[in-house]
Amino acid sequence: MKYLDEFRDQALAEPLLKELRRSVIKPFRVMEVCGTHTMSIFRSGLRTLLPEGITLISGPGCPVCVTSAAHIDAILAMAALPNTRIALFGDLFRVPGSSGLSLANASSQGAKVDIVYSPMDSLELARKYPDDLIVFLGVGFETTTPGIAATIMAAKNNSIDNFVVFSTHKTMPPPLLALLDDPELQIDGLLCPGHVSTIIGAGAYQPLADKYKLACVVGGFEPADILQALILMARQIGKGEARVENAYTRAVRWEGNSRAQQMVDTIFKPADMEWRGLGVIPESGLAIREEYSHYDAEKRLNIKLTPAEEPKGCRCGEILKGKEVPSQCPLFGKRCTPGNPIGPCMVSSEGTCAAFYKYM
Amino acid sequence: MCLAVPMKVIKIQGDPDDFLSGQIAVVDADGISKETRLDIVDRWPELGDYLIIHAGFAIHTLDPQEAETNIRLMREMAEKVEAADAMEKRA
Repeated sequence: MKYLDEFRDQALAEPLLKELRRSVIKPFRVMEVCGTHTMSIFRSGLRTLLPEGITLISGPGCPVCVTSAAHIDAILAMAALPNTRIALFGDLFRVPGSSGLSLANASSQGAKVDIVYSPMDSLELARKYPDDLIVFLGVGFETTTPGIAATIMAAKNNSIDNFVVFSTHKTMPPPLLALLDDPELQIDGLLCPGHVSTIIGAGAYQPLADKYKLACVVGGFEPADILQALILMARQIGKGEARVENAYTRAVRWEGNSRAQQMVDTIFKPADMEWRGLGVIPESGLAIREEYSHYDAEKRLNIKLTPAEEPKGCRCGEILKGKEVPSQCPLFGKRCTPGNPIGPCMVSSEGTCAAFYKYM
Repeated sequence: MCLAVPMKVIKIQGDPDDFLSGQIAVVDADGISKETRLDIVDRWPELGDYLIIHAGFAIHTLDPQEAETNIRLMREMAEKVEAADAMEKRA
């Protein structure tokens, strides 16, 4: 893994920073869409090193953060059912629903909850606990969905019956379109997510570049990757251009990963989806197709989403839209801390509030 | 959520054309071998390639040259910057 160290190399980052300073001809505002970018920018100290002309705004790209309270309530309702076992990625464990309670609370009161690394692990759980229905919580964007689709396919091929997925899967372009239609949000460039783009391809941002005259640059997650992306963006903006560029060619192609796209399309279909802070956005989510409804938790368990209030005082919604920063929230750092999170932006390790709390 | 570190393929199991054959690659992660699924990878890997992995599934195969090309580009960028600096100093 020798070459990886070179992407993290400080000696490489310093000249890139210099070039970035030189490239910023006019000030610009850039939204980093992806939660992993947000964390990398904070952790590496880039935020404080960037030239003054660049303003970074965190976007809605942390999957746990944009999961609505109504979805968390439905998850808690499923966890309370007999002979049901919830399997999930760890980040969601402590996100409170509208009652203020989370899966962590449910688990301490006897609900069966397993944190897994891969959705495939839930098929192992299904074999291990034949009397339980394993409910895998499908939370994530385009990067995560293909693996979950492949898991449903594997369940079908292996005749595993006691496994379902609760799909809150979301797709990235629709909320970006919704945000960019908002005249209050002024941005000049979009730092496009790395591994979402591995799946959907850099070409997916062309409509955004065309319609909103945005400089869209796909970037990797290492500091040097992010700096390279920002240099390309600064040059475009300096020249008054707005197009899609790919600064992460070792992982992203223009057309994306067609095998993964096909797998998703086989199992899922576009559906309206509620986003925390953004409301319901048409066709911004994915629902399980009729042919695979046997693996659909909503159908098998007859789950209905009921509108739910977000925690009182929590500003996650405005923060996810890039309109506010965490320090403007009355709860931030007082009642809401990583040890006792009230909103999802503080719970997730990729949430903007968690990042501000830890690094600012 | 996203793990940026690509991992080196040390073993491949299963048939690329047969979904039911258990398509798995064993990768080396800091000396620990780990299995990753190949169901949705964009290109079937060869031994020595690198995989970008997300939640147990490989999503992209890259050969070592692809990675090195990126490094070379960044080095060149750095060299240009140094050359430009030298020009500035002379001016």
